[in-house]
Amino acid sequence: MQPEPSAVRPNAASDTSDRAHEPAPATVGPGAYPHFPHQHLLGIEPLTAPQINHLLELADRYVALNRHAQKKSDVLKGRSLILLFFETSTRTRTSFELAGKRLGADTINISVATSAIKKGETLIDTAMTLNAMHPDVLAVRHPEAGAVNLLARHVNCAVINAGDGSHEHPTQALLDALTIRRRRGPIGGLTVAICGDILHSRVARSNIHLFNKLGARVRLIAPPTLLPTAVETFGVEVFHDMRKGLKDVDIIMMLRLQQERMQGTFVPSTREYFHFYGLDEEKLALAKPDALIMHPGPMNRGVEIDSVVADDITRSVILDQVELGVAVRQACLEVLARNLPALDHNR
Amino acid sequence: MPTPLPDRSPPRRTAFVNARLIDPESGLDTRGALLTDGKTIADFGPRLFNDASPADAEVIDCGGHVLCPGLIDMHVHLREPGHEHKETIATGSHAAAVGGVTTVACMPNTNPTIDDVALVEFIQRRARETSLVKVYPFAAVTRGLAGKEMTEMGMLAEAGALAFTDDGHPVADSLVMRRALAYSRAFDMMVSQHAEDMSLTGCGCMAEGEVATRLGLPGIPDASELVVVERDIRLVELTGGRYHVAHISTAQAIDAVRQAKRRGLPVTCEAAPHHFVLNDRAVGDYRTFAKMAPPLRSEVSRLAVIEGLKDGTIDAIATDHAPHDQESKRVTMERAANGVVGLETMLPISLELYHAGEIGLLPLLALMTNRPADLMKLPQGRLRRGAPADLIVFDPDLRWTIDAKKFVSKSKNSPFDDREVKGRNRLTMVDGRIVHRLNGA
Repeated sequence: MQPEPSAVRPNAASDTSDRAHEPAPATVGPGAYPHFPHQHLLGIEPLTAPQINHLLELADRYVALNRHAQKKSDVLKGRSLILLFFETSTRTRTSFELAGKRLGADTINISVATSAIKKGETLIDTAMTLNAMHPDVLAVRHPEAGAVNLLARHVNCAVINAGDGSHEHPTQALLDALTIRRRRGPIGGLTVAICGDILHSRVARSNIHLFNKLGARVRLIAPPTLLPTAVETFGVEVFHDMRKGLKDVDIIMMLRLQQERMQGTFVPSTREYFHFYGLDEEKLALAKPDALIMHPGPMNRGVEIDSVVADDITRSVILDQVELGVAVRQACLEVLARNLPALDHNR
Repeated sequence: MPTPLPDRSPPRRTAFVNARLIDPESGLDTRGALLTDGKTIADFGPRLFNDASPADAEVIDCGGHVLCPGLIDMHVHLREPGHEHKETIATGSHAAAVGGVTTVACMPNTNPTIDDVALVEFIQRRARETSLVKVYPFAAVTRGLAGKEMTEMGMLAEAGALAFTDDGHPVADSLVMRRALAYSRAFDMMVSQHAEDMSLTGCGCMAEGEVATRLGLPGIPDASELVVVERDIRLVELTGGRYHVAHISTAQAIDAVRQAKRRGLPVTCEAAPHHFVLNDRAVGDYRTFAKMAPPLRSEVSRLAVIEGLKDGTIDAIATDHAPHDQESKRVTMERAANGVVGLETMLPISLELYHAGEIGLLPLLALMTNRPADLMKLPQGRLRRGAPADLIVFDPDLRWTIDAKKFVSKSKNSPFDDREVKGRNRLTMVDGRIVHRLNGA
């Protein structure tokens, strides 16, 4: 057993782990962890329901910790976290940076605009360059699907997918699930409507996997032009009429029209889009009276969501989502760090 | 004849007696009578008024002639707004009333284009103010018919557009067509295509073939229609959108639609009278009144259109009524405008198929009544209690000679001038009001 470093442990439980290879770091979680059999967190698709639930439980504890004045722990003390964002981001990037810093990691931001990537370096060369500096965790966002998987094959450290093209955004799905769990309890049995630009959305794909694994019923509401082919094979119900699709749902998840990923016109105009697919009070009235409104951000008010609805503090949990995002990323970092080679704290 | 203004006084009860009642939808063909009340059909049948006709109704003796639902023409250019020197909603609707057409769908290639809710509302308002018959606009598939950006199809459908088409300007870009077919599905709306590959058509001004070669005119190959129809059918497979081929004209394209229907795809089509009674020989001595798009095709294709009408492949007869002023046609073939008028000749020209023994009277009328009504989800086009009282009385055997000079349409560009025909409309009723009566009817 490694000697336990000092730590903030709001849910102090004795570490009964007999896994000697683990550093038994400071943690908010209970002592005995189920083994998390992944070196990387590249998507929700490879995870099992128990693995997802474990991440959510751990994150739940970080939520409590983050509301204290003293938010710091040293779960990741001595570890380095590199944030490599090839695409713009406000909440995800800030959230990862805060998560890393609160866990005591040395956190470094690489901005693509000022890096060698702008000079024509290939993705694999960038990966190998960073790898040579021996980071512990890389959180990567990239505009192209599969880029994070490709990069992960060329590094030794843990890689977290912070969003790759229209493929996956696992930490967003986890924070959405955590938001729902804290407001509504177990996710199994709920009816969730994901509305809008499903075609271009990595958030939708990660959430479809997650809700299916946790036993929720998933509806997709979008014009036919914004739905990917064969999406009905993912165990979802498809609606083109938002009024029908919102009937009696528990959760409404709105997505942004991703104009930057669009080539040609998928919808005729934002005015028509709002008329048929924008969430306003009239359409909201069709959902369950206590239905929650979610949005991964950034919102386009008046395009997919009415301002009044977005700001309705009794229904809209959009800012909760942001808060819980930090906790979820702390949980993900902690879980991946457990599988890293041990740090010798006595050296 | 001056163009009459629509009568908006309350419709009177009208009793049609001594009629041959025909309802193509139900197959009814019997001697009998029909009573209208207000804007709708109150009752009809062989024994109605056996005792006496109602005292409070105007009685019309049909003289044993056919009383059937008014014709529906799903492809009409009314030219308003923008080309009022060729036709207006008032004059076009007058031509429709004379021809026995009680419902027209007008095409959006006006100036400005019907590609916005405000334009749909403009057509509706002008129709309310000036039209003798029912006018419903088709809206454009793409803004300005430019083939690039989809129109606000959902809002246009809500405003009352019946379908979408860039008629006259085929949607060439496959991706735009894919998106239009997919997007319109959300509203269960039909996309009607003017199926023509403009790069294959080039400067062609009549069908490619022996006649064009002899006249030394650049030709348009049949493939120009076929390649677009075949591509679009693949896009229907991909999207599930409702697809309609406007004025289909070639044997090969008709066969492509036939195969698509067999595979259960939501594909339909219409054909124009000039394509089943004329072939490219009608161009004869450079007759610009026989120039239209698509052009008059070979005899093989003309017979294929008739076969398609007979076997159900073709869903509707539509005239593609395309009025042009004299100057647009008094030029060389290559410079002449495309299009012919059709509203006033739709019935007698179509009846040629009946008189020639090609198609029975009821299935022929179905192609101009309930079948186009079904495509556009309209309640009229059938004899049914409570259905709109849109009716015509016509004599299927009356012989007369078409005289384009006597057309009430503003334009006289008909390829059927001086043609001896059999069958004539005698009376037209729209929403329970008589809007046209042939002298002596």
